[in-house]
Amino acid sequence: MSAIIQHLANALSVGSLYALMAIGYTMVYGVLRLINFAHGEIFMMAMYIVFFGLTMFLMPWYVSFIVAILLTAALGVAAERLAYRPLRDAPRISILISAIAVSYFLQNLATVLFGGRPLTFPQVPLFTSMIDVGGARISRLLILTPAVTAILLIALQYLLKRTKTGMAMRAVARDYDAARLMGVDLNRTIAMTFFIGSSLAGVGAIMWGMKYPQIIPTVGAMPGVKCFIAAVLGGIGSVAGAVVGGLALGIAEVLIVAAAPALAGYRDAFAFVLLIIVLLVKPTGLLGEKTTEKV
Amino acid sequence: MRLEIQDLRVSYGGIRALKGVSLTVSEGSVVTLIGANGAGKSTALRAISGLLKPDSGRIVYNGEDILGLAAKEIVRRGVVMAPEGRRVFPDMTVRENLLIGAYLRNDKAGVEKDLRYVMELFPRLSERTWQMAGTLSGGEQQMLAVGRALMAKPKLLMMDEPSLGLAPLVVKDIFAIIRRVNQDGITILLIEQNANASLRVADYGYVLETGSIVLEGNGRALLENPSIQEAYLGRRRNRKTEPAKYEVSMNSD
Ligand SMILES: Nc1ncnc2c1ncn2[C@@H]1O[C@H](COP(=O)(O)OP(=O)(O)O)[C@@H](O)[C@H]1O
Ligand SMILES: [Mg+2]
Repeated sequence: MSAIIQHLANALSVGSLYALMAIGYTMVYGVLRLINFAHGEIFMMAMYIVFFGLTMFLMPWYVSFIVAILLTAALGVAAERLAYRPLRDAPRISILISAIAVSYFLQNLATVLFGGRPLTFPQVPLFTSMIDVGGARISRLLILTPAVTAILLIALQYLLKRTKTGMAMRAVARDYDAARLMGVDLNRTIAMTFFIGSSLAGVGAIMWGMKYPQIIPTVGAMPGVKCFIAAVLGGIGSVAGAVVGGLALGIAEVLIVAAAPALAGYRDAFAFVLLIIVLLVKPTGLLGEKTTEKV
Repeated sequence: MRLEIQDLRVSYGGIRALKGVSLTVSEGSVVTLIGANGAGKSTALRAISGLLKPDSGRIVYNGEDILGLAAKEIVRRGVVMAPEGRRVFPDMTVRENLLIGAYLRNDKAGVEKDLRYVMELFPRLSERTWQMAGTLSGGEQQMLAVGRALMAKPKLLMMDEPSLGLAPLVVKDIFAIIRRVNQDGITILLIEQNANASLRVADYGYVLETGSIVLEGNGRALLENPSIQEAYLGRRRNRKTEPAKYEVSMNSD
């Protein structure tokens, strides 16, 4: 029984982390029709920022978290401004290549600045101490991660449905010119999309670091690919789809390994298998629209 | 309100779409710009709206040259377009589409008032406020596109082929709305291939042919002009002459 609770809590928290990061892919895809390959590296940078905030600048944890989230958001906005905006009217392939370049640039920048040796993400006892749930001893993090994710999702939903900024994002995702005719500022709205997507990746990175504490310059690569897959699974362009895809992927991964520990070594391959199956059965993803092309 | 376009030239990658167009829209009028498919009508409206950058010319609105301003600055000044093909946001509700029309406005009470005005203008929309715009009929989408533009509180409302692809009865409704909106004090620049209907509502009309204005005059005068009748109204002077070389527009009545 306690093992089951343990696995379920773990599955839900891994799924939540994937969901948070998948939203960044899907939102950027929505407004730019771009797979932002640098999203995983933005996530990686957030982990380093927290590390240095806590160990070098000796900030209280909440200050370092806020600084990391804001800097990560700024980094996403800067990537858009410098590497994507100048290519907005260029052929799709150019901006895609630019995204790959940003990804490698950030990985190498991290290697130069922080070195290639693994660092250990500092533990914050408030989050990582153990508690009793139904007889199972689990880390507080396993409860906090889904809770924080749920709060952020509600806030995001409110933003998208109830605020002018959110409406502008949805309009831009659908039709640039029609949005401009309403007075929407394309550049501002796209920058805002990067800000939100990157800050969610920042939150995800903090919780990821407390769960999987090793930091290296390529730490964002595998979560990046998996969350991209999660976004495609759910139907890229759809925020609800990213959440469903992220949760489904995380839960499937953890529970399959729990049920068949012999498969643990193949854990990272599940995402790809799941992707192939879903794309064969429903090419637009679980909640995808029929066409994702811009008119 | 006065819009004056002087010698406007626009090209798409070297291909000239407008070759020096001049036209004037004065306060309170309905002005129409007619022409066959590909004449450059939409290009003219897109240039006025700030969606594309002209090569040269002037677009003077109330004494200010607005050429080169960002699209949102032009909307802010009260020059608003309902684009060709309606372009409503299909996955937003009717109400959201109308509200995004008021994107730049902060006067809550005024927005509410205009929402009621649009609902009164288009009772069909008021029955469908929570419906997704993508599920509306073509005519309803056109009404929504006009209603959305009205929510921006335009002084000059520009409409690009609002009758395109609609059933004759719906076209009649749309033209009745154009008259009504104009009577309520909004100046209108109307683009149409439906020359007959648009010249009937218009105070003044311009005829655009491959990027140049070839004819202008009062709506009535243009309606009676033989070359217009032949080219745009599908009436031929002589059965033996060549068929009209322009696409013949649909006759609404
Ligand atoms: N985005 C574009 N790129 C290249 N050529 C275009 C573009 N839009 C319009 N054109 C060309 O410009 C000319 C005028 O088009 P348009 O203004 O759409 O005409 P209309 O609205 O009168 O049918 C046409 O020859 C058309 O092919
Ligand atoms: Mg046109």
